[in-house]
Amino acid sequence: MSTGPGLESLVDQTISVITNDGRNIVGVLKGFDQATNIILDESHERVFSTKEGVQQLVLGLYIIRGDNISVVGELDEELDSNLDLSKLRAHPLKAVIH
Amino acid sequence: MLFFSYFKDLVGREVTVELKNDLAIRGTLHSVDQYLNIKLENTRVVDQDKYPHMLSVRNCFIRGSVVRYVQLPPEGVDVELLHDATRREARGG
Repeated sequence: MSTGPGLESLVDQTISVITNDGRNIVGVLKGFDQATNIILDESHERVFSTKEGVQQLVLGLYIIRGDNISVVGELDEELDSNLDLSKLRAHPLKAVIH
Repeated sequence: MLFFSYFKDLVGREVTVELKNDLAIRGTLHSVDQYLNIKLENTRVVDQDKYPHMLSVRNCFIRGSVVRYVQLPPEGVDVELLHDATRREARGG
């Protein structure tokens, strides 16, 4: 279906994934399927906390199972480079409760 | 199929999608699919101070399975039309 909200347009782009357990993983989308399983390259996790700025953990090549995905956002490189992650403080996102 | 068709008619409107993790995202409805996955454009998170996690995201894909509510524009709802469609659906098409 060409009009549906597939992830085709995001392939090879940097995306920000929010998982059902509240994690935020940023990486380059390399592949996906019907079930929203996705392959992320050069990925890292952004860990939010109220005590210190955002920590980045290197993860590398990752596959995330679709069941565990909440949101896939297109990361706007310009907006992102203007963000000072070391100054951002927030509670981690809550887990999804179905 | 009713809600799939219904959401397709709302494409281009401003909606607020509240997720099952309490995050609420407002944006222009870009597309919907059979799973009611939703794509929004020009997005902003409703409480950005509390949720700065998507500050550099302007377009996003929301998995249908994590949607709790979709807040619609009042003018996007034709109750009569929806009544008829619901009855037709109940009769089996």
